[in-house]
Amino acid sequence: MSESLEIQAGPVAAKAAMPEMKDVQRSSPQDRGEKAELQPKSAPQAEPSKAEPAKPEPAKKPRKRRRLKVAHPERCIGCLSCMFACSRIHTGHASLIDSCIKIQTQGGIEGDFRVVVCRGCENPPCVRACPAGALERRPDGSVRLNKDLCTKCGKCSDACLIGAISMGKEGTPIKCQHCGGCVAFCPHGVLELEEVAA
Amino acid sequence: MFSQVLYIDLGKGESWVEDRDELFNEWMGGTGVATKLLMEECPPGTDPLSPGAPIILAIGPLNGLFPAITKTVAMFKSPLTGELGESYAGGRLALATRFSGHAAIVIRRASENPCYISINDAKVEINDASSIWGIDAPKAGVILREHVPGPGSRSIIRIGPAGENLSWIAGVMVDTYRHFGRLGLGAVFGSKKLKAMVISGTEDVAVPDPKRYREVYNKLYRTAVQTDVMEKYHDIGTSININVLNWLKGLPTRNFQATSFPYAEKVSGEMFADNYLIRKLSCAGCPIGCVHIAALKSPFAPGHEFEVRKVSYDYEPIFSLGTMLGVSTAEGVLQLIEAVERLGLDAMSAGVILAWATEAYERDLITPQETLGLPLQWNNVKSYLKALDYMARPPNEFYSALAKGVDFASSRYGGQEFAMALGKNEVSGYHTGPASIVGQLVGVRHSHLDNAGYSIDQKAAKKQMDPEKMVDELIREDNSRGVFNSLVGCLFSRGVYTEENIIDALGTVGIEKTKEDLEVLGKKIFDLKYEFKAREGFDLTKVRIPRRFYETISTLGMVDPKTVEDMLRIYREKRGWA
Repeated sequence: MSESLEIQAGPVAAKAAMPEMKDVQRSSPQDRGEKAELQPKSAPQAEPSKAEPAKPEPAKKPRKRRRLKVAHPERCIGCLSCMFACSRIHTGHASLIDSCIKIQTQGGIEGDFRVVVCRGCENPPCVRACPAGALERRPDGSVRLNKDLCTKCGKCSDACLIGAISMGKEGTPIKCQHCGGCVAFCPHGVLELEEVAA
Repeated sequence: MFSQVLYIDLGKGESWVEDRDELFNEWMGGTGVATKLLMEECPPGTDPLSPGAPIILAIGPLNGLFPAITKTVAMFKSPLTGELGESYAGGRLALATRFSGHAAIVIRRASENPCYISINDAKVEINDASSIWGIDAPKAGVILREHVPGPGSRSIIRIGPAGENLSWIAGVMVDTYRHFGRLGLGAVFGSKKLKAMVISGTEDVAVPDPKRYREVYNKLYRTAVQTDVMEKYHDIGTSININVLNWLKGLPTRNFQATSFPYAEKVSGEMFADNYLIRKLSCAGCPIGCVHIAALKSPFAPGHEFEVRKVSYDYEPIFSLGTMLGVSTAEGVLQLIEAVERLGLDAMSAGVILAWATEAYERDLITPQETLGLPLQWNNVKSYLKALDYMARPPNEFYSALAKGVDFASSRYGGQEFAMALGKNEVSGYHTGPASIVGQLVGVRHSHLDNAGYSIDQKAAKKQMDPEKMVDELIREDNSRGVFNSLVGCLFSRGVYTEENIIDALGTVGIEKTKEDLEVLGKKIFDLKYEFKAREGFDLTKVRIPRRFYETISTLGMVDPKTVEDMLRIYREKRGWA
């Protein structure tokens, strides 16, 4: 009810089990000189993360990469904090359309939420679909966009079965870099950053 | 610039936008701007349900940018009180409005046929809604969701049968589970033949200094999520107060005949959380997740056949449709909440009215002839369900009167001394002491949320407070909430948004304010609201106070009428009205 009361008395519940946050340098080559302000040290206590802070490894032969994992989609409360974190960190704006991660409702808020984000495919169809060679899979497994080559044709978006690539406000693909910025802003332990073989 | 007002004329079927820079510079946004627009749009003495009465929706400069700044304010002339109509809703409406590029929406005049308004960025359409007129509020949303293109973070607001039939206590359902509940906005929609609005947008919000924005955002997000400032709203939720107020003798029971309920445990937040809660949801842009959803599983045939409904619950509806009606089971409360959702009634008003009707029935002020044979008795959920139906679609004069609120109904059938309204608005779930009573009387919309008198009483229970101190606190809250409601933030997060934090957050969008500026603004908004109230006939010296308040023990003991009178006098003096 929109006009419900606020609580004034009563037992105070335990603090939410939240990841500690600290500033770390974002690893993305698309870094625009900004820091990713919040980075999870660990996932909520209830479900310890397997993710380790990325260790500096020789740039030439990375064996592991970080990948965003939708670990517990059924825990999503639909707050969209992850979407705002993504656009805020990467564009500096508040935007839903420029977010790489998408929270979708299925049949309205009564239904379940869908958390849509790039899976970091082994053999990415988006790269294969790009006629301009603007998308490139790097040795570390990440897929990078070269904006100068992009013709905004949208074929990468069509090629992704799960709909993880959308065309942003400027018409270029919005593609997750697995930076993990959103993980720290999920209040309900839906997202994790995991390490996988490159 | 955050200053675009969308005007929609339902009479002419036209819409246009105006840049109202000066309006937003002076009144910030939200309730400040909406009050000013109401003054511009609503001529004195306008019938609230006539085409000349406007509907105004407004958001603030921080909506979409900061955690828990998730509300939209609706401003209108209330059919229930005949004066200031002001109501707040969460959900996705504020975000959808922000990204549609509009800062406020003004709806003028009435449509001839049932219609719905579709707003997608700059594109505004007024479409026929004949085929969904008469359909329940939740279902109408489902139909529009499928029909109107553009899935994602749309917001759909709509009325149910109660609004269509012009019930003065009809609300507007917002995105399922949220509402513009109070003061009869649903009837104003109905009077304009406006069934629904669908709002979406693809704009974004740029800030002058992204780095500063991120810093301030992170600070506020941390405070909201990592401290216990808001955790109580997430865990058990607002309904934790059932047990608390029961212990404090502040829980209105069976129409305020008692303030503790023998079955409180059975309808407590803990009971709901342990046995019925299935998930929690958030308004878009708030990390707290205070929306508690229960599963109501009811058998309908042998052979393990069940109907399952998802019902959102909170403290206030459990009070109004539970303890006020002596309902002693969680299932009973959930069934009644589900009914008011379907019908599009305000949960709080509906319960308080039924509580009066039950007592009036007990005292033979009304008879089975009026109730059409329904035995309106405490805890008789089946009767109450039917009575709610009748309130939404009145079959006779009695139910028409109930649909106009407890003040109106008791003026016709008697029993004003136990008709629990203050300023003609059905009261909220507290009998904590004099500050709760005075707070709702003086409050601009006669809501417990205007100044949280219940909270002042509870403070006074710990450390004695004289009437003057209580009044000072009420005035401070009156004014400061005017500022927060101009942003338009969720009041649950006001612990996060200290004055300093508000100033910081405003700074990130290029609005430089000092503490003094905010104080002046809060006072100014309050004064403008009272200007409207006074113009429409509200007079604080002539308010009706149901005697029942003085007959039942409160958290602070028996309330002395003299204390209330003193506080009202001091209030008027301090406001400069005496």
